[in-house]
Amino acid sequence: MTDAVIAERLTKTFGAFTAVDRLDLTIAKGEIVGFIGPNGAGKSTTIRMLCGLLRPSMGRAVVAGFDVGREPEAVRAHIGYMSQKFSLYGDLTVRENLRFFGGLYLVPRDQIEDRTRDAVEMAGLRGREDALVRTLAGGWKQRLALGCAILHRPPVLFLDEPTSGVEPEARRRFWELIHRLASEGVTILVSTHYMDEAEYCNRIALINAGRLVASGSPGELRRRELGGVLFEIECSAVGTALLALKRAPGMIDVAIFGDKLHVLLDNASSATGLRPFLARQGIDASPPRAITASLEDVFVQLVTRPHDITVPT
Amino acid sequence: MNLGRLYAIAFKETLQVWRDPRSLAIALLMPLLQMVVLGYGVSLDVRRVGLCVYDQERSQISRELVERFTASDWFRINAKPPDDRAVREAMDRGDCAAVMTIPVNFSRVLAETGKASLQTVFDATDVNTTNIATGYAQGVVGMITADFESRWAASHGVQPPTVGMIDLRPRVWFNEGLDSRNFIIPGVVAIILGLVGAQLTSLTVSREWERGTMEQLISTPVTALELMIGKLAPYFMIGLFDAAFCLCAAAFWFQVPFRGGVGTLILTTALFTLVVLGIGYLVSVRVRSQLGASQIALLLTMLPTTLLSGFTFPIDQMPAAIRAVTLFVYARYYVTIVRAVFLKGSTIGDLRLPVMSLVLFAAIIIWIAARSFHKRLD
Repeated sequence: MTDAVIAERLTKTFGAFTAVDRLDLTIAKGEIVGFIGPNGAGKSTTIRMLCGLLRPSMGRAVVAGFDVGREPEAVRAHIGYMSQKFSLYGDLTVRENLRFFGGLYLVPRDQIEDRTRDAVEMAGLRGREDALVRTLAGGWKQRLALGCAILHRPPVLFLDEPTSGVEPEARRRFWELIHRLASEGVTILVSTHYMDEAEYCNRIALINAGRLVASGSPGELRRRELGGVLFEIECSAVGTALLALKRAPGMIDVAIFGDKLHVLLDNASSATGLRPFLARQGIDASPPRAITASLEDVFVQLVTRPHDITVPT
Repeated sequence: MNLGRLYAIAFKETLQVWRDPRSLAIALLMPLLQMVVLGYGVSLDVRRVGLCVYDQERSQISRELVERFTASDWFRINAKPPDDRAVREAMDRGDCAAVMTIPVNFSRVLAETGKASLQTVFDATDVNTTNIATGYAQGVVGMITADFESRWAASHGVQPPTVGMIDLRPRVWFNEGLDSRNFIIPGVVAIILGLVGAQLTSLTVSREWERGTMEQLISTPVTALELMIGKLAPYFMIGLFDAAFCLCAAAFWFQVPFRGGVGTLILTTALFTLVVLGIGYLVSVRVRSQLGASQIALLLTMLPTTLLSGFTFPIDQMPAAIRAVTLFVYARYYVTIVRAVFLKGSTIGDLRLPVMSLVLFAAIIIWIAARSFHKRLD
C-alpha cells in the first residue's frame, strides 16, 4: 500500500443536491495535496467522507489502508483532522486540550509529556500552557489545533481550511509546519480557498460544484490547462469592456481580475487587434501585456468550461 | 471500552462544569434554593380557616358554640359582622373562607324540639380548602351535639341514647402528626434530582454540537459508549452529592422522621439518578441546541414529576386514564420509595415492585441513549 488516500467515484448527495460527484483522487504517501475550490464546491464534504464522518452515498475511499465505509474506527485512529470551524475547547487551557486529545488517542503515558511539549513548542505557546484557549489569537489557536490533531502521530492528516481567517504571517508559519510534517512522511490533504496557498502544495486538486476539474502540480496545471495565451489589459470601463471583448476575434475567454481584465487568446498574434477593437466600442485601453498564468487564471478557465470535458488526472 | 479514553472524557467534562458558572449554579445552588422554596412553601395542610361568625342570638349556647370552634386549631374567628350586609362584604373581601350564622331563636328551638340548624356558608372558590373545612366543621358540630345530647338527657333524667352509636377511634401511622411536610419533602428530593440531573446533562452533548467541538470529537477513535459513560460519570457524582444534600436537609433540617436504611436510600437514589441522567443525555443527543435541549429536559422531568408522580396529587385519586399514564412517570416509583423508606422504614424487599420498575426504566433509557448517538454528521 503506497497510496495513503484513494477515493474512487466518491459521491455524496443530500436529498436532490449532489455535494460531491464521482470524485477520483489518489494521494501518495508523504504528499501535500491542496484541495482548492470556491466555498460550497464540496471540499469539506469530501474531507468529512474521508474521515468517516459522512457516509459516502456512492463510491468508496481507502485511507491509510482502511476502507472508510467498513472500518471507520480504524481510519480515525490513523488520521488527524482539523475541522473548518475552530473546534478545541475554549474553556480548557492549552495543556488541558492537549491532554484531552492525547487521552482520546491513547498516547502512551510515558510519551504524553514529550508530545505535549512538542505541540506547545510547535504552536509557539511556551509559557502560555495554562492560558484558556479562548483567550488566544487566531494563529495560535490554529497551530494548537494542528498540534492536537497530530498528537498521536497519524500517517494521514486532513486539514479543512486551516488558515481561513488567519493573518498572512500566521498563515505562512502554518504552512512551514505542514511542510515539516510532510518531510517526516505524513500525507496531507489540505483545503483552502486562498489561491496563493496552492503554490505551497506538491499537487493541487481543483474542485468545483462537487467535481474534480483538474489535478496536478501547480506548474503543470499552469502549463497544461490553459489552452491558450494569456494577456492582461487595463481599461477604463471594465464591465463594458468585458462584454465587448467576448466578441473579439481570437478570443477564448475573458475575466475580470481586480481592476484589470485577463484575456485568453488562441494565439499571441490576436493580441494586437484588441486595442483598436476596444477603441471602436469607445473604450480606452492599455496595450495588451503577455502574462504568466496564475492558478486563479487556470481555475477560472477550468470552471467556465462545460462540465463534461473534465480533464483526466 | 477503554478506561483511558473514558477518564479523558470524564475529566474534561468535570473541568467544563467547574468553569461554567451556569452549570455550577444548577449543580450547587439549585438544590438549596428548591429545598427552601418547596420545603417551606408547599404544604397541603388546611389549618386556621378564617371564619366569620354572625351571631344573631348572643345567648349562652351560641357563645359556647363559638368557643368550641375557636378552641379547635382548625378555625380562627376573623370577624363578627353585625348584620347581613357586613357578612356579604366580609365574604367578598375574602376576609373569611366561611360564615357561620347562628339564628336568632337557635337555643329556644334546640331546647323545645331537640333539633336546631346552624347555617355555614363556604367560599368554594378554593375547593380543596372548602372540602377539608366542611369536614372540620362537621367534626366540631358533632362533638358539640354529643355533649348537648348527654346534657339534655341528664337534665330530663333519662339515659343518653347509646344504640347505634359507633365510636370511631382513628389512629394514624407513619406520619402521626398528619404533617403534610413529612409527605412532601421526600418528594421534593425527586423533583430536585430530576431538575438538576436532566438539566445539566441535557447540555453536555448539545453544547459540543453548538460550539463545533463535536466534529473534532467524533473524528477521534472514542466510541459512543465511552463518550456516554465518560460524560455522565461527573454528573452522576454531582447527582448523588445533591441527593445526599437534599436527603440530609430533609432528615436533619426539616426533621422528617427517617426510619429506613441508608443503604436502601443510596441504592435507589443511584438508580433514579441513572434514569434522570439517561433522559438528559438522550435529549441532549437528539436536540442539537442547548436551549432546546434544556427546555425539553425540563418538560420531561419537572412536569410529570410535579403533577403525576404523586408528589402533590395522590395517584389513586386520578382518573383511570391518567393513572395509566403515571405508570410511565418514572419519578412516581422513586417518590414512593423515598416516602416509604423515610416514614415507614421499608426495605428493598418491601419495595421490590417500585425498585424493579426503576431498574427497568434505567436499563431501557440508558440502552436507548447509548444507541442514539452516532459518530456521524449525517
